[in-house]
Amino acid sequence: MTQAYSPGLQVRRQTLHSSRRILPIPGDVLVKVGEQVTAQQIVAQTFMPGDVTPINVANQISVAPAEVPGCMLFQEGDEVQVGDLLARSKGIFGFFKSETKAKTAGTIESISHVTGQVILRGAPLPIQVRAYQAGIIKEVIPGQGVVIESQVTFLQGILGIGGEAYGKIQFACQIKDQPLTEDLLDESIKGKIVIGGARMTGTAVKRGIELGAAAIVSGGIDDEDLKEILGYDLGVAVTGSEHLGTTLIITEGFGDIAMADRTFNLLKEREGAEAAVNGTTQIRAGVLRPEIVIPLDISMTSDSSAEDVEVTSGLLETGVPVRIIRDPYFGLLGEVGEMPTELRTLESGSQSRVLEVILDSGEKVIVPRANVELIEG
Amino acid sequence: MNSATEKKLDPDQINVILATDCGSTTTKAILIEKVNGEYRQTYRGEAPTTVEEPAADVTVGVVNAVTEVGELAGRKLIDENDEIIRPAQGDVGCDIYISTSSAGGGLQMMVAGVVREMSAASAKRAALGAGAIVMDTICSNDKRLPHEQIQRIRELRPDMILLAGGTDGGTQKHVVQLAELIAPAKPQPRFGGTYKMPIIYAGNQEATELVEEAFDEDVKLTTVANVRPVLEQENLAPARDAIHDLFLEHVMAHAPGYNKLISWADAPIMPTPGAVGNILQTIAERQGINALGVDIGGATTDVFSVFDGTFNRTVSANLGMSYSISNVCASATLPMILRWVHLNMDPRALQNHIKNKMIRPTTIPQTREALVFEQAVAREALRLAYIQHKEFATTLKGVQQQRTVGDTFSQETSGQSIVDNMKLNLLVGSGGVLSHAPNMQQTAAMMIDAFEPEGMTVLAKDSIFMMPHLGVLAQVHPAAALQVFERDCLIYLGTCIAPRGFYKAGKTCFEYKITGKTLNESGEMVCGDMRLFPLGDDEWASVSVEPRRGYDFGAGSGKRVEFKARGGTVGLILDARGRPLMVPADESRHLAELNSWVEELKLYPEVT
Repeated sequence: MTQAYSPGLQVRRQTLHSSRRILPIPGDVLVKVGEQVTAQQIVAQTFMPGDVTPINVANQISVAPAEVPGCMLFQEGDEVQVGDLLARSKGIFGFFKSETKAKTAGTIESISHVTGQVILRGAPLPIQVRAYQAGIIKEVIPGQGVVIESQVTFLQGILGIGGEAYGKIQFACQIKDQPLTEDLLDESIKGKIVIGGARMTGTAVKRGIELGAAAIVSGGIDDEDLKEILGYDLGVAVTGSEHLGTTLIITEGFGDIAMADRTFNLLKEREGAEAAVNGTTQIRAGVLRPEIVIPLDISMTSDSSAEDVEVTSGLLETGVPVRIIRDPYFGLLGEVGEMPTELRTLESGSQSRVLEVILDSGEKVIVPRANVELIEG
Repeated sequence: MNSATEKKLDPDQINVILATDCGSTTTKAILIEKVNGEYRQTYRGEAPTTVEEPAADVTVGVVNAVTEVGELAGRKLIDENDEIIRPAQGDVGCDIYISTSSAGGGLQMMVAGVVREMSAASAKRAALGAGAIVMDTICSNDKRLPHEQIQRIRELRPDMILLAGGTDGGTQKHVVQLAELIAPAKPQPRFGGTYKMPIIYAGNQEATELVEEAFDEDVKLTTVANVRPVLEQENLAPARDAIHDLFLEHVMAHAPGYNKLISWADAPIMPTPGAVGNILQTIAERQGINALGVDIGGATTDVFSVFDGTFNRTVSANLGMSYSISNVCASATLPMILRWVHLNMDPRALQNHIKNKMIRPTTIPQTREALVFEQAVAREALRLAYIQHKEFATTLKGVQQQRTVGDTFSQETSGQSIVDNMKLNLLVGSGGVLSHAPNMQQTAAMMIDAFEPEGMTVLAKDSIFMMPHLGVLAQVHPAAALQVFERDCLIYLGTCIAPRGFYKAGKTCFEYKITGKTLNESGEMVCGDMRLFPLGDDEWASVSVEPRRGYDFGAGSGKRVEFKARGGTVGLILDARGRPLMVPADESRHLAELNSWVEELKLYPEVT
């Protein structure tokens, strides 16, 4: 077989990128088709049903559940405030009445005659969706959200921590294999997307958080450092809801590993530009990779973005650039050489379909097809 | 519902069968062909599963895996439109195409029941038996406040919820209270904004109307028979069937590309674990034995057991070899994994190595060191999954035991695990790390170390991870499934003989005498010893073991036992490491013993 399928990370200088920004539940869209929006502009908002507080009224006023509807001083749909008298028992001959007051404000959603339970729903919680990607509103999905489109430089990382962040791109490391250490960071990184080279050290990340960096992007991170930063061991690569204050993105993997040339150089080209990053990662079914989106000015866009149009996603064939993603050659870059059809016995004793990688140094190595990743661009 | 169910197939006209299994990491394809009047598995291929971007269509992975099979078989299976060619004509196409799937993360459910140990446990068993991952169990006595339970339902976004509680004619209040908790949570589905969350009610049938009142049109409520109609009895089948139906109709149909896959298949697509469970039950039933099966995957490890005819299945979500490998290490801890590693390795590099496997889950070990480490992790994943299985597969809790005078001194209560290693006859391993181990000894060693079988246990493996395919094939062509299962699927590795009893350094554990056609041996096993005797496939040997006091082969402490041991590709393994299996605390002594086991079993021979 001279071709095979292999997933890879996207690194594109110029591509027409669209972001679908959808509310989790129906609401209002605040912009129109054709409108130019900025990354942090709110484009849709809604209100989620408020928190629910169940109150066991039957127990609180010592009556049977069936009597609760008759004892309620409010009805379903009524609003109550903290301290309002919710229910009163009928007592014995009009005496010894028991009462219960509302401890939280809300609307009475239901009164159950079976369980004696009253469900109180709190005030609606606002949910807002920002544009994230600066660009033109291409489509409005009524009641749900929008699709924003623009020409961007688009880069995917391999793992991120934390959610969306915005800022200007600022370099802390000047070469791709320079580790990002704390001494390279100063007050100027506040609100910026800081670009490192190789491994970001644990102390550098802590310093970045202290100084208020919007995000830190670098080649790798040590597992031990990540554990210390998070306060727990990352069991599965499902991230995005961490609240470190700074979003972290690694582009290559864990350990001392330099950022890929292409990624580093592309970011360098866009130094100083406003960008949006998202560290949200889900490496399981329905994969989500962390990303860096840098909208292009109209002056920077070229009409022919042929390099992107011609790319066939995921196709592994002779000549395509790849990154080896498993030891003993982990992190090395090269291009695909021969792709023999027959199975080969590996050093581990396993039989596998392999391919030849011609490394940047010119050396040729044989690796299982499963152990390479396309560098898509 | 499923177009595939309507297709009529004439078994006699079926000569070429194509089957795929869309796993969470890889999509496997096999070809079964009629050779000299018999069905045989002939070629296999695999490719990454493609439910994610940029493909976001499960059929892309299917086409890639099938293309590989086609190339190896010299048979054109995919046409110009990237569709499977049917029927077969010459060396083009296949007669039927079937598939199983656990892509998309499988079926993820929440269950709710009044009492954790009773109705909630029954609901959980029904969900697991149907092939679901149970994300959480909500019950009246789970020590969470109501608002915390509601918040949990909102956060988890399960594919469906199974609600049980109360015996028929019993209390209604508590189960209605649970319904009243679930309804305002307004659970949102994972896939598709338009479909309504399915909720299955399988509790007190007299409370059905009240439960229906608690829910509005935002959910799709289905009522089935009670999973626990009386305390002493479970009735799980109706709930399991409803889960399967709703899974196919709602959840699977909303995953990327599934509608296309469903339209391609000639039989309904089954959840992978459901198909594997079917096959294991068939083996246990046909041979009249107690059997245990394990399927270790990328994201989860499924354990299946049939003891005295009772089937149980557990899914250990987040115990797997790719997506979840880091979680295995976090749960087991690195020192526990390293107790299975006989080579020097740098812990810091290993930790990074684990994380790199987690973020790039489809890679395979190229070096011997990487293989040794990955198999060590597998032992811990299997061990942890088995602990979870034993805790779950119990007799019914909350049921009063009938006692006689003979039970006076027995402290046994309800809810005992029905999994007993001493009664286990057959242990079957399946899943990438077990099925694809470079040599069979490695598979046998991983299973023995993780499951610690006692007495005499036959070991087998699924040759190339074929059990899911055959599980679904059994539904459309039972004869073909059985033929392939017996000839190509199950590989007997041999027999493990081990006593129950604690390791005592330097002490004799048992004496043995083996008598067979080609094998006649006798000797003594000291604690910590392992010994491998060649005993070929289809060969049998009589083994007589005489344990020292404190060791038990099933007849009691110190009592002599005779076994009829079956041979296999590995042979007969005598294991005197003690049960529960403990390794020496002293590191140098442990390493010496570990090396002796590796050497005796010839686990990692040099590749020339």
